Amino acid sequence: MNSNYEKILKSARDLRWDIGVDFHEKTMEALYTDATRIADRAVTYPKEKPRFDLDRTIDKLVTSRVWGFPLMILMLTFIFWLTITGANYPSGLLFSLLIDKVHPLLKAGAASIGMPWWLDGVLIDGAYLATAWVVSVMLPPMAIFFPLFTLLEDFGYLPRVAFNLDHIFRKAGAHGKQALSMTMGFGCNAAGVISTRIIDSPRERLIAIITNNFSLCNGRWPTQILIATIFIGTMVPAYLGGLISAISVVAIALLGVLLTFVVSWALSRTILKGEVSTFTLELPPYRPPRILQTLYTSMIDRTLVVLWRAIIFALPAGVVLWISANLMISGVSLAEHLVNILNPFGLLLGLNGVILVAYIVAIPANEIVIPTIMMLTVLVTGGNGIGEGSGVMFELESGLATLNILTQGGWTLLTGVNLMLFSLIHNPCSTTIYTIYKETGSAKWTTIASLLPVVMGFVITFFTAQIWRLIAGW
Amino acid sequence: MDQKINNKQQKGSKVAGVSADCASCPVHHAANLKKLGVDMESWDFVVALAGNPNTGKSTVFNALTGLKQHTGNWPGKTVTRAEGGFEYGDNRYKLVDLPGTYSLLATSLDEEIARDFILFAQPDVTIVVVDASRLERNLNLVLQVLEITNRVVICLNLMDEADRHQMKVDPRRLARDLGVPVVPTVARYDEGLEELLAAIHEVANGETLAKPYQVKYDNPKLDRAVSQLVTQIEDAFPQVPNARWVALRLLDGDERIIKAVVDGELGELTYTRDDLEGASVSHVSNKSGFAQ
Repeated sequence: MNSNYEKILKSARDLRWDIGVDFHEKTMEALYTDATRIADRAVTYPKEKPRFDLDRTIDKLVTSRVWGFPLMILMLTFIFWLTITGANYPSGLLFSLLIDKVHPLLKAGAASIGMPWWLDGVLIDGAYLATAWVVSVMLPPMAIFFPLFTLLEDFGYLPRVAFNLDHIFRKAGAHGKQALSMTMGFGCNAAGVISTRIIDSPRERLIAIITNNFSLCNGRWPTQILIATIFIGTMVPAYLGGLISAISVVAIALLGVLLTFVVSWALSRTILKGEVSTFTLELPPYRPPRILQTLYTSMIDRTLVVLWRAIIFALPAGVVLWISANLMISGVSLAEHLVNILNPFGLLLGLNGVILVAYIVAIPANEIVIPTIMMLTVLVTGGNGIGEGSGVMFELESGLATLNILTQGGWTLLTGVNLMLFSLIHNPCSTTIYTIYKETGSAKWTTIASLLPVVMGFVITFFTAQIWRLIAGW
Repeated sequence: MDQKINNKQQKGSKVAGVSADCASCPVHHAANLKKLGVDMESWDFVVALAGNPNTGKSTVFNALTGLKQHTGNWPGKTVTRAEGGFEYGDNRYKLVDLPGTYSLLATSLDEEIARDFILFAQPDVTIVVVDASRLERNLNLVLQVLEITNRVVICLNLMDEADRHQMKVDPRRLARDLGVPVVPTVARYDEGLEELLAAIHEVANGETLAKPYQVKYDNPKLDRAVSQLVTQIEDAFPQVPNARWVALRLLDGDERIIKAVVDGELGELTYTRDDLEGASVSHVSNKSGFAQ
């Protein structure tokens, strides 16, 4: 080291004794005093305090002990109800356009240029249909959900959610800001994992990263919404269907929040022991949301980005599915072999082999779970003339028809409920796993974050199935 | 916004005679704002955006670059550094959106990123975005930034918030007290951005002479200690522009700064680190004439 540098450090050390131990506090005090003085000179406050303060009135309501949580749940239910009922019509429209109209056109085009059957199958029945399905099913709910969520964010509601949840997170031994990363996870877990950077303590950050997967992400919302609509929504009169479906989706989402607390609590008492750190959370003023701008940014930043990712993963998945359904090994397709192998285990969990295979195929992106399930179910039950041939991803236009196919494949209400549970509690998608690895830089924590939820999923669905069967007497 | 700017440009060229007064007014140059988005091939100046959390840094960033960084009304939204470019007057600027922090003491990763950038990357201009309705708390950060660099523009944002609370904030008084330009804005609605650009332009080109406010510690012992250290620091690192701040940090036992002294890094200012890409940083310091 340069001797000059050494001298500087030495005199700094010596001088530190000279100036007293409260140096740090004193300098901070001087800074604050000067800031106050300068601010006082520049700002004139109103002579009397306005009697009605809108911000404070809203805050008293949304962060109140009594009304805080009910309001939160009510707001969430309302958003999902809007999403579920509002997405129905555009979804159907996109579906009939992309699948009923464009798909036959493509098939006819392929036939007219004499495309070999396997190429036509891989490209049009595999890649195109998978993509078309993902677009028609995912785009409308996302185009409704994300702007609504972004408006709430722009308005300033998220920090209030964090404020409400803070004391629960503390009791769980986690950081209060985890409420924010958790809410971001409702959009996308990978984004949620990145947003844990606002948490300084590594211990609490790890807890937030590991539990972020319990925030139902947009790749899983469509699964929840569809299964809730066809299994639970159909149990009540039609006019209540949308509301009941929305409530059951909210129930699953809240179960995810509950699991976040429970798992955080368990982690902070076992492998991630430590003190809870304090922090100050500023409740920002409410600001009137800028509607147009919000629509635009949520469209570009969230909807299209997420949709693009889904398409990128759906394309190859469609190809792989088509090939596995058409690749015969001793007279039975590869896909069917897999389903048969996993079926006993699946049934034990109140699920089935098809669902488990679908979840393996869907590791890159949860978005394609439902189309994969439909395709495999038809394949296994022998089709009965439904769909477009082996290995074709498709969606039936009416929920009732979907229900019929699934019941034919041996599905019950239990299968539906357990699928919703398993969709909430299973391994993160590969993007999230990669993000966790990038953020933690540790293979160990990445493995724990990936395996813990899937093991929990097995346990929870197993017990649900056993208890259900005991009560229902099956 | 783009539309509006284009209109103005046309108008300006058509009635050149009439706008002679306008041409001499610094605000006039705002007509020359060109949002470059992520196109940052080359630039003349680097501008950093600092400020407390949730004061609208990302909104200012978007307004100047034309990018659509996600903005949200909650503190801690920007966790990564965003970069974008804009062209104004004859200069190309690179704008860096730093994470929001309450101080620059580097007690957290956010603060460290923000401080290291302002200190080691030596931006040509640092804009401190300030919440006009919460001036006192925001000034804590401003005063800390002023200790590190004098090339500062204060963006007194959220003036509409202040209005809503019936507070009157006097930007001129503030500018006089702080010794750096202060520009009132409502970035959400693109108000005051033209004046902000003019101020950035002047500071970047050295047209504004800043006399930044220095915190008064009112402690003779401390003053002696500081001046003794300052002499030593200036001997060892003649180029260091903020020896007083370095001295204070050393007295406070700041590990990061001690390390910078040990490594001689303080004198080189060709700081490279994963999150402060080496190339761009050394470009800045070479050009600014602070390095070597």
